[in-house]
Amino acid sequence: MNEPTSARRSALGAPVAPLLSVRDLKKHYPITKGLFGKTVGHVRAVDGVSFDVAAGETLGLVGESGCGKTTTGRAILRLIEPTSGAVRFDGVDLLAQSPKQLRALRRHLQIVFQDPFSSLNPRMTVGATIREGLTIHRLAEGAQAEQRVRALLDEVGLRPEYASRYPHEFSGGQRQRIGIARALAVEPKLIVCDEPVSALDVSVQAQVVNLLQDLQRQRGLAYLFIAHDLSVVEHMASRVAVMYLGRIVELAPSEALYREPLMPYTQALLSAIPVPSPGGARRRIVLQGDVPSPANPPSGCVFHPRCHHPAKDAACARLVPPLEEKAPGHWAACIKQAPTTVDWAQQQAAGGTNPPSRYLPVLTGTP
Amino acid sequence: MSASGSTPGRVWPLLRRDGRARIGLAVVVALVLAAVLAPLVARQDPTAIDLAGALRAPSGEHWLGTDVQGRDVWSRLVHGARVSLAVGVLSQAISLVLGVALGLVAGYYGRRVDDLVMRLADVTLAFPTLLLLIAMAAAFEPSLTTVFVTIGVVGWAGMARLVRGQVLVVRHMEYVQAERALGAGDARILVRHVLPNVIAPVVIAATLGVAGAIMAEAALSFLGLGVQPPTPSWGAMIADGRDLAQLRRAPWTSLFPGLAIGAAVLGFNLVGDALRDALDPRAVRRGETPTEAGTPPAGRR
Repeated sequence: MNEPTSARRSALGAPVAPLLSVRDLKKHYPITKGLFGKTVGHVRAVDGVSFDVAAGETLGLVGESGCGKTTTGRAILRLIEPTSGAVRFDGVDLLAQSPKQLRALRRHLQIVFQDPFSSLNPRMTVGATIREGLTIHRLAEGAQAEQRVRALLDEVGLRPEYASRYPHEFSGGQRQRIGIARALAVEPKLIVCDEPVSALDVSVQAQVVNLLQDLQRQRGLAYLFIAHDLSVVEHMASRVAVMYLGRIVELAPSEALYREPLMPYTQALLSAIPVPSPGGARRRIVLQGDVPSPANPPSGCVFHPRCHHPAKDAACARLVPPLEEKAPGHWAACIKQAPTTVDWAQQQAAGGTNPPSRYLPVLTGTP
Repeated sequence: MSASGSTPGRVWPLLRRDGRARIGLAVVVALVLAAVLAPLVARQDPTAIDLAGALRAPSGEHWLGTDVQGRDVWSRLVHGARVSLAVGVLSQAISLVLGVALGLVAGYYGRRVDDLVMRLADVTLAFPTLLLLIAMAAAFEPSLTTVFVTIGVVGWAGMARLVRGQVLVVRHMEYVQAERALGAGDARILVRHVLPNVIAPVVIAATLGVAGAIMAEAALSFLGLGVQPPTPSWGAMIADGRDLAQLRRAPWTSLFPGLAIGAAVLGFNLVGDALRDALDPRAVRRGETPTEAGTPPAGRR
């Protein structure tokens, strides 16, 4: 895979020098058996993920449950130790840092969690929770810290007096705001948002999404926005990466991805979004079968058993499709979607019978 | 403002409404008062021998009668409370410190540390407790210190298992992950975030453990392996009066220390059970805090 690392246009299409750069990130969990824990296989939760996030940008990371998007987010923060790969943040190799160095760097990368009920310590006041980061990184203490906490609560749309209350006194949306304030306290440059609105009511979802966007504008934050809901990501992200079975299968500017999805998998995901207008029903692509086990992924293209691409053939089961730039800034991993660097001769050698062809399903009712 | 500061505040009103807790607390408070004020409450020297006045029935002068050596049973009972309480509390303090520290470390770090600590706990638990206590008492000089240290050291394993199990649940909570993401060290995470959230069942276990330790001390003293005479101890007092002929003539010499042990154990068990209910977060919510209903005014957005 050719990956130009020039500053102006980096490998996976981020428009400027990347703040975060992830290369071939892998997290394999060993499957052990027997009394002595002999390793009999690996669950490939994340299997070679690469992308960039520019400063101030939002990259959406979407996929079904179990596709490895949460593991990816946590491996970048080293909350889970990755098996291999490279993570560079602001020019620093995060995976090469000692525990002590890493702790100091952590204030620049923060995380907001999905579950508003387990993400706050029930025995700590909201103010104490938000102040943790200030204390750990010696950013403020005493009355000054008190002042910062109140300002942060105000910034996320909560009353400063709430600092002395306990988490159980708040609703899900309010707790999520508290989690955001905790992350903001250490003034990060990047926040991994791990499905921050999935557990909330739809009306509250919009409020939290708007809050995140306001904060991004005011503070120049970059987000890695993980979600299983494409419609939320469409609203938030400038670029979107689609994950399937531990790999990125498509990565494109948000607008291009929603207008012209190149991967059959993305097309199926998009067709599942309900259309608000009664006349504008789109053709629904229903995927066959279940997501295969990441302990025993299909050969070749991991999506091929469920794929509906008309040119699908034996070559798809043999050749691992590289993530290629099919159109400017629009990357996809499919050897049947022209243009592709896997040429027709190679495909024929692998048992291919259908040459690559640009295939776009009819999606009526999309903007 | 402190992390765990809210818990007593929420638990106390619940305990006060609980009938069992009131009885249990009354017994425990009486026990503590007796132990602390023993010289004032006792009226007589618990070790003063008066062979002429042996085995007197309870009377105005000797409230609970006298034993075979003419010592005042009431005075010995009150002083015996000191021994029982000291052994109960000190042994549990030892169990608590050892068990909480090792349980936290085992549950939090997992893998090899966990294996090591838990296998040690298995070994400890595999010994029959009373036999181990007898062996320890026989190996060392029998004394108050030997008794509570032994009971405490034997008791760490159960406590460590309990703590470890709780830590395994808490360490995957997202607030612990968030703290790691903030850059907190392990010590800070353990003390400020893990410990306060695992402490409730530990407090319950320690309370029930005090009752168990009082029983164990009585058993050891009964066998003559506990606190040595002439220091009064409830177990030794029962042993002194257990001669059948004497038991028929002067039942008060064994009956009252036996009742004292029963009351003390019952008291601590009642408090422990009531604590278990009161510290259950669902119970707290049911009784005390209207979570969803009223308190939090809506955000401004």
